[in-house]
Amino acid sequence: MNLWQFMLHNHTEVVELTLEHLWLVGVSTILAVLIGIPLGILITRWPALNKPILGGANIIQTIPSLALFGFLLPAPWIGERADRLAILALTLYALLPLIRNTYAGIQGVDRAVVEAGRGMGLTDRQLLFQVELPLALGVIIAGVRVATVISVGLATIAAAIGAGGLGEYIFRGLAMVNNQVILAGAIPAAVMALLADVSLGWLEKRLSAN
Amino acid sequence: MNDSPDLRPAIEFRNVSYRLNGADDRELLHNLNLEVQRGETLVLLGRSGSGKTTTLKLINHLLAPSDGELRVEARPIREWDVIRLRRMIGYVIQEVGLFPHFTVERNIGLVPTIENWPASRIAERVREMLKLVGLDPETATRYPRELSGGQRQRVGVARALAADPPILLMDEPFGALDPITRAELQHEFLELQKRLRKTVVFVTHDLREALLLGTRIALMEAGRLINVQTPEEFLNSREPLAAAYKNAFGAGA
Repeated sequence: MNLWQFMLHNHTEVVELTLEHLWLVGVSTILAVLIGIPLGILITRWPALNKPILGGANIIQTIPSLALFGFLLPAPWIGERADRLAILALTLYALLPLIRNTYAGIQGVDRAVVEAGRGMGLTDRQLLFQVELPLALGVIIAGVRVATVISVGLATIAAAIGAGGLGEYIFRGLAMVNNQVILAGAIPAAVMALLADVSLGWLEKRLSAN
Repeated sequence: MNDSPDLRPAIEFRNVSYRLNGADDRELLHNLNLEVQRGETLVLLGRSGSGKTTTLKLINHLLAPSDGELRVEARPIREWDVIRLRRMIGYVIQEVGLFPHFTVERNIGLVPTIENWPASRIAERVREMLKLVGLDPETATRYPRELSGGQRQRVGVARALAADPPILLMDEPFGALDPITRAELQHEFLELQKRLRKTVVFVTHDLREALLLGTRIALMEAGRLINVQTPEEFLNSREPLAAAYKNAFGAGA
Protein backbone atom coordinates (compact mmCIF):
# COMPACT_ATOMS: atom_id res chain seq x y z
CA MET A 1 0.00 0.00 0.00
CA ASN A 2 1.55 3.32 -1.00
CA LEU A 3 1.05 6.71 0.67
CA TRP A 4 -1.89 7.81 -1.51
CA GLN A 5 -3.72 4.55 -1.05
CA PHE A 6 -3.17 4.82 2.70
CA MET A 7 -4.50 8.39 2.82
CA LEU A 8 -7.45 7.56 0.59
CA HIS A 9 -8.31 4.50 2.65
CA ASN A 10 -8.15 6.51 5.86
CA HIS A 11 -9.49 9.75 4.46
CA THR A 12 -12.00 10.40 7.24
CA GLU A 13 -9.25 10.06 9.82
CA VAL A 14 -6.85 12.24 7.78
CA VAL A 15 -9.49 14.96 7.53
CA GLU A 16 -10.31 14.65 11.21
CA LEU A 17 -6.67 14.94 12.28
CA THR A 18 -6.11 17.84 9.88
CA LEU A 19 -9.08 19.67 11.37
CA GLU A 20 -7.81 18.99 14.89
CA HIS A 21 -4.45 20.34 13.83
CA LEU A 22 -6.04 23.44 12.34
CA TRP A 23 -8.03 23.94 15.55
CA LEU A 24 -4.91 23.79 17.72
CA VAL A 25 -2.96 26.16 15.48
CA GLY A 26 -5.89 28.49 14.81
CA VAL A 27 -7.02 28.96 18.40
CA SER A 28 -3.50 29.32 19.74
CA THR A 29 -2.52 31.84 17.05
CA ILE A 30 -5.62 33.93 17.67
CA LEU A 31 -4.97 33.89 21.42
CA ALA A 32 -1.33 34.83 20.82
CA VAL A 33 -2.38 37.72 18.56
CA LEU A 34 -4.86 38.94 21.19
CA ILE A 35 -2.20 38.86 23.90
CA GLY A 36 1.00 39.54 21.95
CA ILE A 37 -0.01 42.65 19.99
CA PRO A 38 -1.26 44.57 23.07
CA LEU A 39 1.90 43.55 24.93
CA GLY A 40 4.00 44.76 22.01
CA ILE A 41 2.14 48.10 22.06
CA LEU A 42 2.49 48.30 25.84
CA ILE A 43 6.28 48.12 25.72
CA THR A 44 6.44 50.97 23.19
CA ARG A 45 4.57 53.11 25.77
CA TRP A 46 6.37 51.92 28.92
CA PRO A 47 9.95 51.18 27.90
CA ALA A 48 10.67 49.97 31.46
CA LEU A 49 8.53 46.90 30.70
CA ASN A 50 10.49 46.16 27.56
CA LYS A 51 13.11 43.94 29.14
CA PRO A 52 10.90 41.88 31.45
CA ILE A 53 8.26 41.22 28.76
CA LEU A 54 10.58 40.46 25.85
CA GLY A 55 12.87 38.54 28.22
CA GLY A 56 9.98 36.45 29.51
CA ALA A 57 8.80 35.59 26.01
CA ASN A 58 12.39 34.74 25.09
CA ILE A 59 12.76 32.37 28.03
CA ILE A 60 9.53 30.56 27.10
CA GLN A 61 10.93 30.14 23.61
CA THR A 62 14.00 28.38 24.98
CA ILE A 63 12.05 25.72 26.88
CA PRO A 64 11.99 22.51 24.83
CA SER A 65 8.46 21.96 23.60
CA LEU A 66 8.03 18.49 25.04
CA ALA A 67 9.17 19.78 28.43
CA LEU A 68 6.75 22.72 28.24
CA PHE A 69 3.83 20.36 27.59
CA GLY A 70 4.98 18.41 30.65
CA PHE A 71 5.35 21.51 32.85
CA LEU A 72 1.82 22.62 32.12
CA LEU A 73 0.28 19.22 32.91
CA PRO A 74 -0.45 19.98 36.61
CA ALA A 75 -2.16 23.32 35.78
CA PRO A 76 -5.81 23.44 36.93
CA TRP A 77 -8.55 23.39 34.23
CA ILE A 78 -5.87 23.55 31.54
CA GLY A 79 -4.35 20.22 32.57
CA GLU A 80 -7.73 18.47 32.44
CA ARG A 81 -7.76 18.23 28.68
CA ALA A 82 -4.88 17.60 26.35
CA ASP A 83 -6.06 20.05 23.69
CA ARG A 84 -6.27 22.91 26.22
CA LEU A 85 -2.75 22.13 27.28
CA ALA A 86 -1.53 22.06 23.72
CA ILE A 87 -3.26 25.35 22.89
CA LEU A 88 -1.72 27.03 25.93
CA ALA A 89 1.77 25.81 25.03
CA LEU A 90 1.40 26.83 21.39
CA THR A 91 0.09 30.25 22.44
CA LEU A 92 3.09 30.80 24.70
CA TYR A 93 5.48 29.87 21.89
CA ALA A 94 3.78 32.20 19.44
CA LEU A 95 4.04 35.20 21.77
CA LEU A 96 7.66 36.10 21.12
CA PRO A 97 7.43 36.76 17.37
CA LEU A 98 4.21 38.71 17.91
CA ILE A 99 5.46 40.92 20.74
CA ARG A 100 8.80 41.48 19.05
CA ASN A 101 7.36 42.35 15.65
CA THR A 102 4.66 44.64 17.05
CA TYR A 103 7.33 46.48 19.02
CA ALA A 104 9.78 46.62 16.12
CA GLY A 105 7.02 47.65 13.69
CA ILE A 106 5.93 50.60 15.82
CA GLN A 107 9.50 51.64 16.66
CA GLY A 108 10.29 51.44 12.95
CA VAL A 109 7.68 54.04 11.95
CA ASP A 110 9.49 57.12 10.62
CA ARG A 111 10.23 59.37 13.63
CA ALA A 112 9.43 62.47 11.56
CA VAL A 113 5.93 61.15 10.88
CA VAL A 114 5.30 60.47 14.57
CA GLU A 115 6.71 63.84 15.57
CA ALA A 116 4.59 65.64 12.99
CA GLY A 117 1.51 63.81 14.27
CA ARG A 118 2.27 64.64 17.87
CA GLY A 119 3.05 68.26 16.99
CA MET A 120 -0.28 68.58 15.16
CA GLY A 121 -2.13 67.60 18.30
CA LEU A 122 -3.01 63.95 17.79
CA THR A 123 -3.75 62.24 21.10
CA ASP A 124 -1.69 59.16 21.91
CA ARG A 125 -4.64 56.97 20.98
CA GLN A 126 -5.12 58.72 17.63
CA LEU A 127 -1.41 58.48 16.94
CA LEU A 128 -1.45 54.76 17.71
CA PHE A 129 -4.55 53.77 15.75
CA GLN A 130 -4.34 56.19 12.83
CA VAL A 131 -0.60 56.36 12.30
CA GLU A 132 1.59 53.87 14.13
CA LEU A 133 -0.45 50.66 13.85
CA PRO A 134 -1.40 51.09 10.16
CA LEU A 135 2.23 51.78 9.30
CA ALA A 136 3.49 48.89 11.43
CA LEU A 137 0.91 46.43 10.10
CA GLY A 138 3.20 44.81 7.53
CA VAL A 139 5.80 44.01 10.18
CA ILE A 140 3.11 42.79 12.61
CA ILE A 141 1.64 40.45 9.97
CA ALA A 142 5.17 39.16 9.36
CA GLY A 143 5.20 38.22 13.05
CA VAL A 144 1.84 36.45 12.74
CA ARG A 145 3.25 34.57 9.76
CA VAL A 146 6.34 33.38 11.62
CA ALA A 147 4.23 32.42 14.64
CA THR A 148 1.75 30.45 12.51
CA VAL A 149 4.36 28.51 10.61
CA ILE A 150 6.19 27.62 13.83
CA SER A 151 2.87 26.58 15.40
CA VAL A 152 1.96 24.23 12.56
CA GLY A 153 5.23 22.38 13.11
CA LEU A 154 5.10 22.45 16.90
CA ALA A 155 1.51 21.26 17.01
CA THR A 156 2.62 17.87 15.70
CA ILE A 157 4.35 17.35 19.05
CA ALA A 158 1.04 17.93 20.83
CA ALA A 159 0.10 14.41 19.82
CA ALA A 160 2.65 13.21 22.38
CA ILE A 161 0.32 14.37 25.16
CA GLY A 162 -2.74 13.05 23.37
CA ALA A 163 -3.99 16.35 21.98
CA GLY A 164 -4.53 14.87 18.52
CA GLY A 165 -3.66 16.55 15.27
CA LEU A 166 -1.46 15.31 12.46
CA GLY A 167 1.26 14.40 14.96
CA GLU A 168 -0.81 11.28 15.69
CA TYR A 169 0.31 9.79 12.38
CA ILE A 170 3.89 10.84 12.89
CA PHE A 171 4.13 9.23 16.34
CA ARG A 172 2.17 6.16 15.17
CA GLY A 173 4.42 5.82 12.14
CA LEU A 174 7.53 6.15 14.28
CA ALA A 175 6.25 3.41 16.59
CA MET A 176 5.36 1.18 13.63
CA VAL A 177 8.57 2.06 11.78
CA ASN A 178 6.32 2.83 8.82
CA ASN A 179 7.39 5.79 6.69
CA GLN A 180 4.07 6.02 4.89
CA VAL A 181 2.20 6.59 8.13
CA ILE A 182 4.76 9.21 9.15
CA LEU A 183 4.36 10.96 5.79
CA ALA A 184 0.58 10.84 6.05
CA GLY A 185 1.00 13.17 9.00
CA ALA A 186 4.03 15.11 7.86
CA ILE A 187 2.90 15.98 4.34
CA PRO A 188 -0.46 17.57 5.24
CA ALA A 189 1.29 19.46 8.03
CA ALA A 190 3.93 20.72 5.61
CA VAL A 191 1.24 21.76 3.11
CA MET A 192 -0.59 23.58 5.89
CA ALA A 193 2.57 25.44 6.87
CA LEU A 194 3.27 26.38 3.26
CA LEU A 195 -0.27 27.62 2.70
CA ALA A 196 -0.13 29.71 5.87
CA ASP A 197 3.24 31.09 4.83
CA VAL A 198 2.15 32.00 1.31
CA SER A 199 -1.22 33.51 2.24
CA LEU A 200 0.11 35.54 5.16
CA GLY A 201 3.10 36.53 3.04
CA TRP A 202 0.71 37.85 0.42
CA LEU A 203 -1.23 39.77 3.06
CA GLU A 204 1.99 41.18 4.50
CA LYS A 205 3.09 42.42 1.11
CA ARG A 206 -0.26 44.05 0.39
CA LEU A 207 -0.36 45.79 3.76
CA SER A 208 3.24 47.01 3.54
CA ALA A 209 2.64 48.53 0.12
CA ASN A 210 1.87 51.93 1.66
CA MET B 1 -0.14 98.95 30.55
CA ASN B 2 -2.86 97.32 28.53
CA ASP B 3 -3.44 93.70 29.41
CA SER B 4 -5.97 92.84 26.70
CA PRO B 5 -4.75 89.58 25.16
CA ASP B 6 -4.63 91.00 21.62
CA LEU B 7 -1.91 93.46 22.51
CA ARG B 8 0.17 90.98 24.44
CA PRO B 9 2.87 89.05 22.59
CA ALA B 10 1.66 85.79 21.03
CA ILE B 11 4.55 83.91 22.63
CA GLU B 12 6.67 84.94 25.62
CA PHE B 13 9.71 83.21 27.09
CA ARG B 14 10.66 84.36 30.61
CA ASN B 15 13.98 82.97 31.86
CA VAL B 16 13.30 79.65 30.21
CA SER B 17 15.94 76.92 30.43
CA TYR B 18 15.83 73.40 29.13
CA ARG B 19 18.05 70.59 30.38
CA LEU B 20 18.25 66.99 29.27
CA ASN B 21 17.54 64.76 32.22
CA GLY B 22 20.66 62.69 31.80
CA ALA B 23 23.68 61.86 33.87
CA ASP B 24 25.38 65.06 32.74
CA ASP B 25 22.25 67.25 32.84
CA ARG B 26 23.30 68.99 29.67
CA GLU B 27 21.69 72.41 29.25
CA LEU B 28 20.35 72.86 25.73
CA LEU B 29 18.78 76.21 26.39
CA HIS B 30 19.94 78.77 28.94
CA ASN B 31 17.77 81.46 30.45
CA LEU B 32 15.91 82.47 27.31
CA ASN B 33 13.95 85.73 27.27
CA LEU B 34 12.09 86.31 24.04
CA GLU B 35 8.81 87.73 22.84
CA VAL B 36 7.16 86.89 19.56
CA GLN B 37 4.71 89.55 18.43
CA ARG B 38 1.40 88.74 16.82
CA GLY B 39 1.68 88.56 13.03
CA GLU B 40 5.45 88.76 12.82
CA THR B 41 7.86 86.22 11.37
CA LEU B 42 10.53 85.70 13.98
CA VAL B 43 13.50 83.79 12.61
CA LEU B 44 15.64 81.76 14.99
CA LEU B 45 19.05 81.77 13.37
CA GLY B 46 21.91 79.65 14.60
CA ARG B 47 24.04 76.65 13.88
CA SER B 48 23.30 73.05 14.84
CA GLY B 49 23.11 72.70 18.59
CA SER B 50 22.41 76.39 19.18
CA GLY B 51 19.03 75.61 20.74
CA LYS B 52 16.76 76.91 18.01
CA THR B 53 14.85 73.65 17.46
CA THR B 54 14.63 73.17 21.24
CA THR B 55 13.07 76.65 21.49
CA LEU B 56 10.54 75.72 18.82
CA LYS B 57 9.58 72.43 20.47
CA LEU B 58 9.02 74.18 23.78
CA ILE B 59 6.33 76.31 22.12
CA ASN B 60 4.15 73.35 21.08
CA HIS B 61 5.16 71.49 24.22
CA LEU B 62 6.92 68.62 22.50
CA LEU B 63 9.47 69.53 25.19
CA ALA B 64 8.68 70.88 28.65
CA PRO B 65 10.76 73.74 30.07
CA SER B 66 13.03 72.80 32.98
CA ASP B 67 12.88 76.33 34.40
CA GLY B 68 11.22 79.65 33.76
CA GLU B 69 7.87 80.59 32.34
CA LEU B 70 6.56 80.25 28.83
CA ARG B 71 3.29 81.86 27.78
CA VAL B 72 1.38 81.22 24.57
CA GLU B 73 -1.47 83.62 23.80
CA ALA B 74 -0.81 85.21 27.21
CA ARG B 75 -1.51 81.95 28.99
CA PRO B 76 1.17 79.98 30.87
CA ILE B 77 2.02 76.79 29.01
CA ARG B 78 1.22 74.50 31.94
CA GLU B 79 -2.33 75.85 32.04
CA TRP B 80 -2.93 74.79 28.46
CA ASP B 81 -4.50 71.49 27.52
CA VAL B 82 -1.55 70.31 25.44
CA ILE B 83 -3.70 68.78 22.68
CA ARG B 84 -5.72 72.01 22.30
CA LEU B 85 -2.51 74.02 22.30
CA ARG B 86 -0.97 71.96 19.51
CA ARG B 87 -4.09 72.09 17.38
CA MET B 88 -3.89 75.86 17.30
CA ILE B 89 -0.23 75.79 16.33
CA GLY B 90 0.71 74.69 12.82
CA TYR B 91 3.92 72.67 12.68
CA VAL B 92 6.14 72.22 9.63
CA ILE B 93 9.40 70.26 9.80
CA GLN B 94 12.25 69.72 7.37
CA GLU B 95 11.49 65.99 6.92
CA VAL B 96 7.86 67.06 6.27
CA GLY B 97 6.52 63.96 8.05
CA LEU B 98 3.51 63.42 5.81
CA PHE B 99 1.55 60.30 6.68
CA PRO B 100 2.61 57.90 3.92
CA HIS B 101 -0.58 55.80 4.13
CA PHE B 102 -2.88 58.81 3.72
CA THR B 103 -3.66 60.61 0.47
CA VAL B 104 -2.73 64.28 0.21
CA GLU B 105 -6.38 65.08 0.93
CA ARG B 106 -6.41 63.13 4.20
CA ASN B 107 -3.04 64.52 5.20
CA ILE B 108 -4.23 68.09 4.81
CA GLY B 109 -7.61 67.37 6.35
CA LEU B 110 -6.26 65.58 9.41
CA VAL B 111 -6.65 68.25 12.07
CA PRO B 112 -10.06 69.37 10.75
CA THR B 113 -11.09 65.69 10.78
CA ILE B 114 -10.06 65.06 14.38
CA GLU B 115 -11.70 68.37 15.26
CA ASN B 116 -14.91 66.89 13.81
CA TRP B 117 -15.54 69.38 11.06
CA PRO B 118 -18.34 68.30 8.69
CA ALA B 119 -17.02 66.38 5.67
CA SER B 120 -18.15 68.98 3.13
CA ARG B 121 -16.32 71.74 4.97
CA ILE B 122 -13.16 69.62 5.17
CA ALA B 123 -13.28 68.89 1.42
CA GLU B 124 -13.73 72.59 0.71
CA ARG B 125 -10.91 73.51 3.05
CA VAL B 126 -8.57 70.98 1.40
CA ARG B 127 -9.28 72.48 -2.04
CA GLU B 128 -8.69 75.95 -0.66
CA MET B 129 -5.39 74.90 0.95
CA LEU B 130 -4.12 73.19 -2.22
CA LYS B 131 -4.80 76.38 -4.13
CA LEU B 132 -3.15 78.47 -1.44
CA VAL B 133 0.11 76.53 -1.66
CA GLY B 134 0.01 76.37 -5.44
CA LEU B 135 -0.85 72.71 -5.98
CA ASP B 136 -3.10 71.24 -8.64
CA PRO B 137 -6.51 70.15 -7.20
CA GLU B 138 -5.98 66.67 -8.60
CA THR B 139 -3.00 66.22 -6.29
CA ALA B 140 -5.62 65.58 -3.59
CA THR B 141 -5.97 61.88 -4.36
CA ARG B 142 -2.25 61.16 -4.65
CA TYR B 143 -0.04 59.58 -2.01
CA PRO B 144 3.02 61.41 -0.64
CA ARG B 145 5.42 58.94 -2.34
CA GLU B 146 4.06 60.07 -5.71
CA LEU B 147 5.08 63.69 -5.11
CA SER B 148 8.34 65.59 -5.59
CA GLY B 149 10.17 67.04 -2.58
CA GLY B 150 8.85 70.52 -3.28
CA GLN B 151 5.28 69.28 -3.65
CA ARG B 152 5.58 67.35 -0.41
CA GLN B 153 6.70 70.40 1.51
CA ARG B 154 3.82 72.39 -0.02
CA VAL B 155 1.47 69.73 1.31
CA GLY B 156 3.26 69.99 4.66
CA VAL B 157 2.55 73.72 4.77
CA ALA B 158 -1.05 73.20 3.64
CA ARG B 159 -1.53 70.59 6.37
CA ALA B 160 -0.17 72.95 9.01
CA LEU B 161 -2.50 75.76 7.88
CA ALA B 162 -5.63 73.65 7.40
CA ALA B 163 -7.27 74.34 10.74
CA ASP B 164 -6.33 78.04 10.44
CA PRO B 165 -4.04 78.16 13.47
CA PRO B 166 -2.96 81.62 14.62
CA ILE B 167 0.62 80.39 15.18
CA LEU B 168 2.91 78.57 12.78
CA LEU B 169 6.16 76.86 13.75
CA MET B 170 8.55 76.02 10.92
CA ASP B 171 11.71 74.01 11.50
CA GLU B 172 14.01 74.43 8.49
CA PRO B 173 11.05 73.69 6.24
CA PHE B 174 12.93 74.35 3.00
CA GLY B 175 16.29 72.97 4.13
CA ALA B 176 16.12 69.71 2.18
CA LEU B 177 15.01 71.23 -1.13
CA ASP B 178 17.11 72.03 -4.18
CA PRO B 179 18.08 75.74 -4.45
CA ILE B 180 15.53 76.60 -7.13
CA THR B 181 12.58 74.95 -5.43
CA ARG B 182 13.73 76.45 -2.16
CA ALA B 183 13.74 79.97 -3.63
CA GLU B 184 10.27 79.36 -5.10
CA LEU B 185 8.87 78.23 -1.78
CA GLN B 186 10.53 81.08 0.10
CA HIS B 187 8.86 83.62 -2.17
CA GLU B 188 5.53 81.87 -1.96
CA PHE B 189 5.87 81.87 1.79
CA LEU B 190 6.39 85.65 1.75
CA GLU B 191 3.30 86.14 -0.40
CA LEU B 192 1.31 83.83 1.83
CA GLN B 193 2.42 85.58 4.97
CA LYS B 194 1.46 88.99 3.51
CA ARG B 195 -2.07 87.69 3.21
CA LEU B 196 -2.39 85.48 6.29
CA ARG B 197 -0.43 87.46 8.91
CA LYS B 198 0.19 84.42 11.09
CA THR B 199 2.53 84.55 14.03
CA VAL B 200 5.44 82.56 12.62
CA VAL B 201 8.52 81.21 14.34
CA PHE B 202 10.92 80.05 11.68
CA VAL B 203 14.10 78.08 12.38
CA THR B 204 17.00 78.20 9.93
CA HIS B 205 20.77 78.21 9.76
CA ASP B 206 20.71 80.02 6.43
CA LEU B 207 21.37 83.75 6.80
CA ARG B 208 19.95 84.60 3.38
CA GLU B 209 16.70 82.86 4.27
CA ALA B 210 16.62 84.66 7.61
CA LEU B 211 17.14 88.08 5.99
CA LEU B 212 14.55 87.38 3.32
CA LEU B 213 11.76 86.01 5.49
CA GLY B 214 12.25 87.45 8.95
CA THR B 215 10.55 90.45 10.45
CA ARG B 216 13.12 90.03 13.21
CA ILE B 217 16.06 87.71 13.57
CA ALA B 218 16.91 86.05 16.87
CA LEU B 219 20.53 84.98 16.77
CA MET B 220 21.32 81.94 18.91
CA GLU B 221 24.54 80.24 19.90
CA ALA B 222 25.23 77.33 22.28
CA GLY B 223 21.81 77.47 23.94
CA ARG B 224 21.84 81.24 24.44
CA LEU B 225 20.06 84.04 22.70
CA ILE B 226 22.67 86.55 21.50
CA ASN B 227 20.33 89.29 20.29
CA VAL B 228 17.13 90.03 18.39
CA GLN B 229 17.38 92.45 15.47
CA THR B 230 15.57 93.44 12.33
CA PRO B 231 17.28 92.32 9.10
CA GLU B 232 18.59 95.88 8.56
CA GLU B 233 20.03 96.06 12.05
CA PHE B 234 21.55 92.63 11.56
CA LEU B 235 23.30 93.70 8.37
CA ASN B 236 24.77 96.75 10.13
CA SER B 237 25.58 94.89 13.33
CA ARG B 238 29.15 94.77 14.64
CA GLU B 239 28.33 91.93 16.98
CA PRO B 240 31.09 89.32 16.34
CA LEU B 241 28.77 86.36 15.75
CA ALA B 242 26.57 88.35 13.36
CA ALA B 243 29.73 89.43 11.58
CA ALA B 244 30.88 85.81 11.36
CA TYR B 245 27.56 84.91 9.76
CA LYS B 246 27.83 87.71 7.24
CA ASN B 247 31.34 86.56 6.42
CA ALA B 248 30.32 82.94 5.98
CA PHE B 249 27.54 83.93 3.59
CA GLY B 250 29.64 86.48 1.70
CA ALA B 251 29.50 90.22 2.21
CA GLY B 252 26.63 90.63 -0.22
CA ALA B 253 24.21 88.44 1.69
